[in-house]
Amino acid sequence: MLEIKNLHARIAEDGTEILRGIDLTVKPGEVAAIMGPNGSGKSTLSYVLAGRDDYEVTEGDILYNGQSILEMDPAERAASGIFLAFQYPMEIPGVATMEFLKVAMNAQRKARGEEELKIPDLMKRVRSAADTLDMDMAMLKRPVNVGFSGGEKKRAEILQMKLLQPKLCVLDETDSGLDIDALKIVADGVNALRSPDRAIVVITHYQRLLDYIVPDTVHVLYRGRVATSGDKDLAIELEKNGYTGIVGEAA
Amino acid sequence: MNVHTQTSHTPAEDALIQAFAERAGALPGDAAVTAKREEAAELLKRGLPTRRMEAWHYTDLRRLLSKVPGFDASASAASVEPLLQGSAILPVLNGAAEKRETPEGVAVATVADRLADGSLAQLMGYDGFDDTVSAVNSALASDGFTLDIPAGVQVTTPIELQNVQAGGQVHTRFAVSVGEKAKATIVERQTGSGEALVSSISNLEVGDDADVVWLIVQEQPEGTSHLGRINITIGARANVTLFVMNAGGKLVRQEIRVVAQGVDSQFRLRGVNMLAGETHCDVTMVLDHAAPNTISTETFRNVVTDRAQGVFQGQIRVARDAQKTDAKMACNTLLLSDEGGFSSKPELEIFADDVACGHGATVTEIEADHLFYLMARGIDEKTARGLLVKAFIAEVIEELESEPIVEALEAKLDAWFSEHG
Ligand SMILES: Nc1ncnc2c1ncn2[C@@H]1O[C@H](COP(=O)(O)OP(=O)(O)O)[C@@H](O)[C@H]1O
Ligand SMILES: [Mg+2]
Repeated sequence: MLEIKNLHARIAEDGTEILRGIDLTVKPGEVAAIMGPNGSGKSTLSYVLAGRDDYEVTEGDILYNGQSILEMDPAERAASGIFLAFQYPMEIPGVATMEFLKVAMNAQRKARGEEELKIPDLMKRVRSAADTLDMDMAMLKRPVNVGFSGGEKKRAEILQMKLLQPKLCVLDETDSGLDIDALKIVADGVNALRSPDRAIVVITHYQRLLDYIVPDTVHVLYRGRVATSGDKDLAIELEKNGYTGIVGEAA
Repeated sequence: MNVHTQTSHTPAEDALIQAFAERAGALPGDAAVTAKREEAAELLKRGLPTRRMEAWHYTDLRRLLSKVPGFDASASAASVEPLLQGSAILPVLNGAAEKRETPEGVAVATVADRLADGSLAQLMGYDGFDDTVSAVNSALASDGFTLDIPAGVQVTTPIELQNVQAGGQVHTRFAVSVGEKAKATIVERQTGSGEALVSSISNLEVGDDADVVWLIVQEQPEGTSHLGRINITIGARANVTLFVMNAGGKLVRQEIRVVAQGVDSQFRLRGVNMLAGETHCDVTMVLDHAAPNTISTETFRNVVTDRAQGVFQGQIRVARDAQKTDAKMACNTLLLSDEGGFSSKPELEIFADDVACGHGATVTEIEADHLFYLMARGIDEKTARGLLVKAFIAEVIEELESEPIVEALEAKLDAWFSEHG
């Protein structure tokens, strides 16, 4: 479903190379965890997948369902089913959350040749998704993410993911800022999306989240490369011994 | 009158002088009004203001007013749908007021009648050499409406004053007086279908403890030059909200002249300028805090695209005895193109010592982070930009609180974006 081949990317503004040859394959139905110490390039990888133009791909390719997505803009990637839950979701003053959800859902439906959602149908979907995430509908009357706490922002990301039903979900540090109850709710939300035709990439630097979202594969990113890969036991080992062992092996 | 001794007139200046020569005999007015008209015409003969005149520094009228059409007697205009449903409409159609039914308790007359009987003579004339808008209008005003809302009358039906042009020249006047403890919502529509020169002056006199919301919606077509002005006096403890939307026109100058002359009065100015194409739009405000304890806030939000140019001049003057004045002015611009521009000139002249006055101006572009976030949810770039721009403007509109007003103005926003977004 996702094949990242020898991906090199640099910061567009100053040319600093951040991703230095990433190889990674994720199959349909798979939950892949990406771990690694702070600053290893995890968020950069997620942005490059989503198409943020602060970064330039200088080498390699990203294939999604066998097709390169490098020429697609973020909206086209999203419409084709790629979703990024941001590590730091942006606050957008003046844009009402409900209006944003409506426009986003209908934009994707339109891109897929589906009919627009009517308001009552939309409201019903939003309410039921918000319920499962234990979110207050009153929050959705506010502008997008404005005045949300860290945890509320993360839930709002998962809410969007549930509503948009993407095929490739990339969750960047969705666990940070969540207490244990919220973590369980969010993990349940993610687990509910697990399906044979969907792939989920969970970025985290704690093993904690992986107790609730159990990964099929675990990859450790270090200095812009995949240093090592394994199964869920690798995450447990990392929890016990830290990154130094792995990093030492890679270096 | 030997106008031809002035050899350096521009075609526009010639056209204005010519219009006065041709029209003066047919315009309504008693001897006093006629004298004021002639005096105003004399000012026009000296030529239009240039950037060397401080009040016109950012809008060189002489250069920008390149074409002034003649009067077009055959042009006919029709009234338009009101901004707010259920409004009482008072239309001026290509310069002629059309009598209609008016809300109960409100005395209405036409400006033509009141110029003819001389009772409006004191409103005619201009105030200084740079008061060109008043001079053009005083020389050539043909008609309009006067409204008298007596003390204590709460007019629940919004009243919409329509100035609709169909080409040529249109010079219109409105005068509204709102008595003590009275209340009203007035919409001033400036629109039309032709290539025209329009001047329109409104006078609003607000009595003590009165409450007035006045909305100016200017949507002239691309080829029209619009010279607007509103003169407001505010009585003690009165509340005035003025909202201005500029969403059209080729050359637009909207002047706002306010005197907060009663203690404890409040003036709130909110405005949005949506500027596209080759528009040059100038909003110039002069506000006098002339009594103690008066509060004012002024907020403009502007969107500039294509080669449009915008100007906001805001001058706040606080008189020596207007202690405890509280005035806050802000002008924020979202610039969507490299060739567009916006100039903002705030000016505070404070003669009292115990006041709180502030101002701020910003010019920004769309935030790349915000755009990325919206696009990452599948919203195409054009739609995402539209959402962000609309949000920027809508924040000011939403301050008006009244749901029908907010909805009607947001519908205008949507219409503008679907054409220019
Ligand atoms: N837009 C940017 N501007 C400057 N530095 C950046 C930018 N994006 C990433 N970096 C740098 O690249 C490195 C990797 O960052 P990031 O991808 O956020 O790591 P992680 O998510 O693994 O903590 C860090 O050193 C970070 O400071
Ligand atoms: Mg990160």
